[in-house]
Amino acid sequence: MTPENNLTGQDTAPRHIEHFVADLEETPLQATDKVKEDSAPSSLWGEAWKNLRKQPLFIISAIMILAVVVVSLFPGLFSQIDPTSEACQLSNSDGGPASGHPLGFTQQGCDVYARVIFGTRSSVTVGLFTTIGVVLFGGIIGALAGYYGGWADAVLARLTDIFFALPLILGAIVMMQLPVFRANRTVWTLVLILIVFGWPQIARITRGAVIEVRNADFVVAARSLGVSKFRSLLRHVLPNSLAPIIVVATISLGTFIVAESTLSFLGIGLPPSVMSWGNDIQAAQASLRSNPMPLLYPAIALSITVLSFIMLGDALRDALDPKARKR
Amino acid sequence: MNSSVHIKEEVAGSERPLLEIKNLAINFATSNGEVNAVRNAHLTVMPGETVAIVGESGSGKSTSALAAIGLLPGNGRVAAGEILFDGEDIAHASEKRMIELRGNSIGMVPQDPMSNLNPVWKIGFQVKETLKANGLPSGPEDVAKVLSEAGLPDAARRAKQYPHEFSGGMRQRALIAIGLSCQPRLLIADEPTSALDVTVQRQILDHLDKMTSELGTAVLLITHDLGLAAERADKVVVMYKGQVVESGPSLELLRNPRHPYTKRLVSSAPSLASRRIQVAKEQGVESDELLAPTEPVVVESALPEEVLKVEDLTKVFKLRGGIGKTTDFTAVDSVSFSVRRGTTTAIVGESGSGKSTVAQMVLNLLEPTSGKIIFDGVDTSTLNSRDLFKFRRRVQPIFQDPYGSLDPMYNIFRTIEEPLRTHKIGTKASREKKVRELLDQVALPQSTMRRYPNELSGGQRQRIAIARALALDPEVIICDEAVSALDVLVQAQVLNLLAELQDNLGLTYLFITHDLAVVRQIADHVCVMQKGKLVETGSTDDVFDNPREAYTQALLDAIPGGSLLLPPEVA
Repeated sequence: MTPENNLTGQDTAPRHIEHFVADLEETPLQATDKVKEDSAPSSLWGEAWKNLRKQPLFIISAIMILAVVVVSLFPGLFSQIDPTSEACQLSNSDGGPASGHPLGFTQQGCDVYARVIFGTRSSVTVGLFTTIGVVLFGGIIGALAGYYGGWADAVLARLTDIFFALPLILGAIVMMQLPVFRANRTVWTLVLILIVFGWPQIARITRGAVIEVRNADFVVAARSLGVSKFRSLLRHVLPNSLAPIIVVATISLGTFIVAESTLSFLGIGLPPSVMSWGNDIQAAQASLRSNPMPLLYPAIALSITVLSFIMLGDALRDALDPKARKR
Repeated sequence: MNSSVHIKEEVAGSERPLLEIKNLAINFATSNGEVNAVRNAHLTVMPGETVAIVGESGSGKSTSALAAIGLLPGNGRVAAGEILFDGEDIAHASEKRMIELRGNSIGMVPQDPMSNLNPVWKIGFQVKETLKANGLPSGPEDVAKVLSEAGLPDAARRAKQYPHEFSGGMRQRALIAIGLSCQPRLLIADEPTSALDVTVQRQILDHLDKMTSELGTAVLLITHDLGLAAERADKVVVMYKGQVVESGPSLELLRNPRHPYTKRLVSSAPSLASRRIQVAKEQGVESDELLAPTEPVVVESALPEEVLKVEDLTKVFKLRGGIGKTTDFTAVDSVSFSVRRGTTTAIVGESGSGKSTVAQMVLNLLEPTSGKIIFDGVDTSTLNSRDLFKFRRRVQPIFQDPYGSLDPMYNIFRTIEEPLRTHKIGTKASREKKVRELLDQVALPQSTMRRYPNELSGGQRQRIAIARALALDPEVIICDEAVSALDVLVQAQVLNLLAELQDNLGLTYLFITHDLAVVRQIADHVCVMQKGKLVETGSTDDVFDNPREAYTQALLDAIPGGSLLLPPEVA
């Protein structure tokens, strides 16, 4: 497109092109490369935290989760009434709200408010410890499969697929029927069984995240510095794959609480002697028509807790979204 | 098209510009408030004229061009000024009017040929879509015609293929075909060839030139490469930090830059004319003086020892092709060369030539299929794990992508300290002292230590990567496209830094690159690779002045603006 190859063949007057120079004062030449020295350093996690603090979704869910955790740790702060069956008076059976008993009584004559408060602990314990177990077990399997690849991946990924195909609740129902578990139904057996059927999701997420990071230049750089393969997995690959794992783990914490309640509701989760929302819902079912309140309140508590974890997961996803990361 | 071409000068002034941008300001809404991406931009494109916008990343060149076709991202808006297309203000035109204009009045060739074709549709369908959208006949023969005009051989058959069956150059041709299919009066080409190899780049640009001059299309070419802009455009507009700093006839601008930024840009642009960077002994010498041609150094009679020797290095990859079937792909085919201590050897080649595979094998990250790599007299394949650990101390890499080579979770101190900690060198206090020294060496303030990589620019990150590589006092540094991702000015800075460090520390570099102009600036010896084979090797001056192989000559010829950027006394 130089003027000479104008194919019209006519003699073209070269257009006059003005030579324009901007005012020097208008365009000061900054130093091409200047490090900002005044502000505080900001890591990716720091950025994410700054982001999170501004999100209403995060603030609301965090406050609710904090409340739930405090209640489960110190239920005595919120209710002095002994909600266990022995202390309940049948004379109060299905009683409405009374002074000191704002939510009324169950069929057994127990205080509903106290049962909801004291039932928090088992739900939160199951949810929390199942999630920890699932992240540890699923995370290790997924990280090894993703990082080493080859036959390790082939074996571990197929194992994950097999467990992934087993539905969580159905698997738990079958397992809980085994004599060994039926004889020892505690919070910890339930946690164990939920881990056994819950880990494949985290394993898959971890594997994907690790595969994405393992070929990054900074991992190759670390390897050529002499960092061993396993150490670079621990030091570089895992920290950079954490974000999606945290998001999924937070959301699944809610689903594990639901699973606990479902199993208890079906009568194969926690034994009736352990207070839990699922047990209360199951017990209240009998008098649903005459007195729905004892069912409603634990159900509300359950929904709010699960919802806050799912909301927290969503807020974290927004803040940790790799696409939104600054490059 | 251009009815007034035969009218003499005074009328040329009254001719109506095809595209005129006046006082343009573009703002982006971000989480930190409005950011001003373009300010006060002026630009005129006459009918049939080629205008290039040159600038480094973030200078607002692409943003300005996208505004002209009404395709600013959702959070961007034209805050002030006007964009006149053939006299009509399109900065505030309705979406309906813009859709009418796009395609048949203003065409666009996007930057990345790899991601701008939809992988699930056949090429022909994507051309047809454009023709249809602009109400043109869109039968198979029309599609084939459009494609063959863009230089795709066997167009009718090619139209039935999917994008993944095309090479990068062919995809770019298809995109050019789509951009020009409706014979627009203005074509916006956003870095049309920056993802392609130089030889392919040349073919594509030649063809684009031919087509647009036949059709009388005006072209707005966006590029970061001053040489390319000067070679292809009648007029060059230089943008910096969202402003037009200088514009004018391309040759004039190149030979007589007036704005300080343009001056720096011209002097930093690597060219075949530049000689090996010689580190000035005195401090505080301007970089353009460093790049000035100097007398070649007198070669010492005693050659330094060979620190690295590669003999018949071969790497065969097994490609899977169905069950039990593998095909062999020879990525590196019996390559031999040697690197002398304290010198720089460059391996040049286009993508797929196997140059990076050589680097990986020299770094002992990839097992060679056959052949030997002898480092300081020892065959590296015989090293046990303890010796390999020691070898790692002596040979260090620097990678291409400054955004990918630093762990985003590590702050700068931990990044640079990592090699020291890994090799258990010194105490905590002495390691911190070393990190501070290293930051000084790469000319970054010591307070950078507390920063995270996401807070630094590309050039700064690359210098951090250099500091990390230097932490173990290595003897050999393998630079794999270490400056290719950087803007021209920053690239010149980093090259100078590398040259200075070599001089002070006696480092040996193995420099892997596709950019011959960079090679000219930094290397003593060159190895040219083509399709896994070493085609030519020799001293930089020999290879550049008297290339023996046709391939080397083709590579040299393809460098955009190579001849234009010669200093006046040589040209």
